[in-house]
Amino acid sequence: MSYLEYHAKTVPTGLSKILHLNWPLILLLSAVASAGFVMLYSVAGGSLTPWAEPQMKRFGLGMALMLFVAMVPIWFWRNMAGLAYGASVLLLLFVEFFGVTGMGAQRWIDLGFMRLQPSELTKITLVMILAAYYDWLDIRKTSHPLWVAVPLILILAPTFLVLRQPDLGTALLLIIGGGAIMFLAGVSWWYFAAVAGLGVGLVSAVFTSRGTDWQLLKDYQYRRIDTFLDPSTDPLGAGYHITQSKIALGSGGWTGRGFMQGTQSRLNFLPEKHTDFIFTTLAEEFGFLGAFSLLSLYALIIVFCFASAFSNKDRFGSLLTLGVGVTFFLFFAVNMSMVMGLAPVVGVPLPLVSYGGSAMLVLLVAFGLTQSAHVHRPRGR
Amino acid sequence: MRRSPKDTEASSRKITRRGMVVGGLQLGMLGVLGWRMRQMQVEQADEFRLLAEENRINMRLIAPSRGLIFDRNGIPVAENTQNYRIVIVREEAGDVDMVIERLRHLIYLDPEELERSLREMHRRSPFVPVTLTDQRSWEDIATVAVNAPALPGITPDVGLTRHYPLGEDFAHIVGYVGPVSDYDLNRIEDDDPLLQIPKFQIGKTGVENKYERDLRGKAGSKRIEVNAAGRVMRELGRDSGVPGANLQLTVDNALQNFVEARLTLDQSASAVVMDVRSGDLMAVGSAPTFDPNKFVRGISVKDYGELTDNIYRPLANKAVQGAYPPGSTFKMMVTMAALDTGEISAEDTVYCPGFTELGNRRFHCWKRGGHGYVNLEKSLQQSCDVYYYEMAQKVGVDKIAETARRFGFGEKFDIPMSAVTAGVMPDKDWKRERYGKEWLIGDSLNASIGQGYVLASPLHLAVMTARLASGNAIMPRLIKSIDGVETPIVGAEPLGFNENHLRMVRKGMFAVSNTRRGTGFSARIDDEGRRMAGKSGTSQVRNITVAERARGVTSNADLPWERRDHALYVCFAPYDNPQYAVSVVVEHGGGGSSVAAPIARDILLFAMHGKTPPLDAYPSGQRGRIREMLSKLPVRGTTPSPGSDRA
Repeated sequence: MSYLEYHAKTVPTGLSKILHLNWPLILLLSAVASAGFVMLYSVAGGSLTPWAEPQMKRFGLGMALMLFVAMVPIWFWRNMAGLAYGASVLLLLFVEFFGVTGMGAQRWIDLGFMRLQPSELTKITLVMILAAYYDWLDIRKTSHPLWVAVPLILILAPTFLVLRQPDLGTALLLIIGGGAIMFLAGVSWWYFAAVAGLGVGLVSAVFTSRGTDWQLLKDYQYRRIDTFLDPSTDPLGAGYHITQSKIALGSGGWTGRGFMQGTQSRLNFLPEKHTDFIFTTLAEEFGFLGAFSLLSLYALIIVFCFASAFSNKDRFGSLLTLGVGVTFFLFFAVNMSMVMGLAPVVGVPLPLVSYGGSAMLVLLVAFGLTQSAHVHRPRGR
Repeated sequence: MRRSPKDTEASSRKITRRGMVVGGLQLGMLGVLGWRMRQMQVEQADEFRLLAEENRINMRLIAPSRGLIFDRNGIPVAENTQNYRIVIVREEAGDVDMVIERLRHLIYLDPEELERSLREMHRRSPFVPVTLTDQRSWEDIATVAVNAPALPGITPDVGLTRHYPLGEDFAHIVGYVGPVSDYDLNRIEDDDPLLQIPKFQIGKTGVENKYERDLRGKAGSKRIEVNAAGRVMRELGRDSGVPGANLQLTVDNALQNFVEARLTLDQSASAVVMDVRSGDLMAVGSAPTFDPNKFVRGISVKDYGELTDNIYRPLANKAVQGAYPPGSTFKMMVTMAALDTGEISAEDTVYCPGFTELGNRRFHCWKRGGHGYVNLEKSLQQSCDVYYYEMAQKVGVDKIAETARRFGFGEKFDIPMSAVTAGVMPDKDWKRERYGKEWLIGDSLNASIGQGYVLASPLHLAVMTARLASGNAIMPRLIKSIDGVETPIVGAEPLGFNENHLRMVRKGMFAVSNTRRGTGFSARIDDEGRRMAGKSGTSQVRNITVAERARGVTSNADLPWERRDHALYVCFAPYDNPQYAVSVVVEHGGGGSSVAAPIARDILLFAMHGKTPPLDAYPSGQRGRIREMLSKLPVRGTTPSPGSDRA
């Protein structure tokens, strides 16, 4: 269904679009972001600086961007998908050669007013290009090997560049997020079963090879895996962060130690407490109730995304909304698993809560796209 | 692309179906996350809470203030003084080199000490205060304080350190403290956490060492909150601990000062003053001495070398550690033993031709010409050796040893000083055990005049004299009270000897000091109420060879210091109502009556007067010389009593 088929009458125009925005989603996003402001205020020792205030400003800017993106018809964004994807890959190439290294891994381009991380951008542009691709593709060709190879290349090209940074967390998100869109678009189960089988085989090969002549990984890499599986084997080394994080989280108990009373974060036992480990502080200070509430808010965001997608007959809009939802889900699920010791520490921020400009803006723009898809969805005659 | 409505429907249905699958997976993942939260925050919360508390709360020890030590009059001899030091915090200083350079313009910094401090500073975290220099004067501290704005990170600070206000006088009694060393930690079985505090001061010698447990007190502690880097954030609670017990010595500081000063006139001497009724050690002197405060600060290699290389052994407390042949001062023991057997009486005489022959060996009397007929009193008065050779053969060494042991010989007295010697009181069994040889009559003869195997410290001699004077089995006491609780007097009951026998011996000793032929006559007291009774001793540290005797080299002056005779003297006074017993040993000093006796007399007089004795207590002919000697004596002018207004 192309935009020519839309009935001008059924798609809202002008300022009336505002009424048709997915308002519950906007409220949920604001609620999550507010939780982030509160936590940033807390980890700064009860101060708006250096994190809470800039974060609020960026959220304001992000909201404006989101509304702007939402106002623009979704078909415009579909036509922009290729351009956006190409630009983000070029930017990735650019930082590969000219980027600034910060925190050992993240690379960004200094735009003066903010630092742009092309890898953040790529998460959205990849979703866009894949959604556009499957919108363009004849649905009967979806599982044809040739037409499966194209999206694979689209996914693996930026993944490879991101891995070079090296940013394992983002690379994983790109692969899983991209794979999810392929799955949603209807690519045959068999491909996924094959990949899953291959993965399981590879993992078991890696482990059974340990200590044999054909050992697949270096010894230190095995030790890292050991540390992940049991952090207590290396309490002062790599396991330190995750151990301290678990202590903070667990010591929160039912209702937490109280706002700004978290000893683990206040006394700097937690690493990266304003970025990747901010959930830990929240869980320490507000306990199970606080942590579970945040999880519920995130879950509701996913629910609203999926509901919007299911009610959208436009293939691009629907896939885009689901892709954004899955990416968002992966963000917080990986982050929470990481700080709770369920996944290795790969450096994924908690979406909308962790301090960080690029991530926040890119996410809000992405939600702007889902809003645009929601507003401009085809409606019954 | 353009799609037919049918395709659109198919696409939408497929997306919804697949979306349901993905949503289901997500729901599962959310379930796992929620379950994990519940597990950690609800089920294991207590466990994690405990770990968090362990993380943040540290216990820090608070050193209790060490117990003070006073003399018998309450004058402090060991106290805690404020130790002014200069502390640097690296992170606040910024440019450390620049700050230290500025500091060096203001006050003197020992380069060696500075280097040590800087090394420690770089080893520690930047926020840990490190002592740059300590034991500074108030002026230095004031200078630094005034210039504080130019010295970021530098702060004057004050702590407590041990100080011995009477310095050298009490060095051998009280000993000294020093920072606990690895050696100490290995040697002593003590799990007191205080010992783990760096540079914590513990007693190393003397009373400080023996009463370490009482003086140290109980560690206090504070609970502090620390952050991940170990920086102290705040104090959560405090238990200030229990300060150490205060000790009061039996020693009188003025007498002790006089004793040390008087002994210093000789190269190497020691003396003990004892109260004959209570056993209180009024003074325990050993010269030369040393400044214990140097050890508290950490003595320099040079100063320490000077102390250890000194042949007069300033570090040794010779009054209790030195074991000397008691020489003729032992003769009272032989007398007591002989009288106790009942085989001789005071009036029985022995003819002294100047020697005794035993087989083909000749045992000489100190007087070549002999003493003629000698009875008990005369034997003591003139210290006739032949009389005692006879007694030894009559009584036997075992009886002598048994008697002498009742007077304290061979006993290791339980007084809190370092390396207290038991001396040696030999008998037949002892020699068999020690040397695997039989006891010979010649050994008995040697023992009878306090030579040969017999060894005793000045403390033994003082105890013997006190027991002779009082007739009681009095034990020496150095600690008068602990935290105000009086320590019991031990042995204030009769020794069990016939009082008449004791009186005969005392009379003999009186004759030594107060009759013209007495060996101690020149060192007498001319004060009717304070007459003394004494006994001299001159103990050989070598055998005079036949060749030497032939050459006539028997005079001490002809010999090198370390081969000269020891000079000994024991005495008590007043004769009628004994109060103090004194023993003096001058190492390699020569004759007991000429060298040791005057010292013992001066000490006795000072003890009885409580101050420098008046000249009219001395025989009139000696007063000029005595006045000169006393005026040169390096005594403290006045008793230092910081903040004290006692009369």
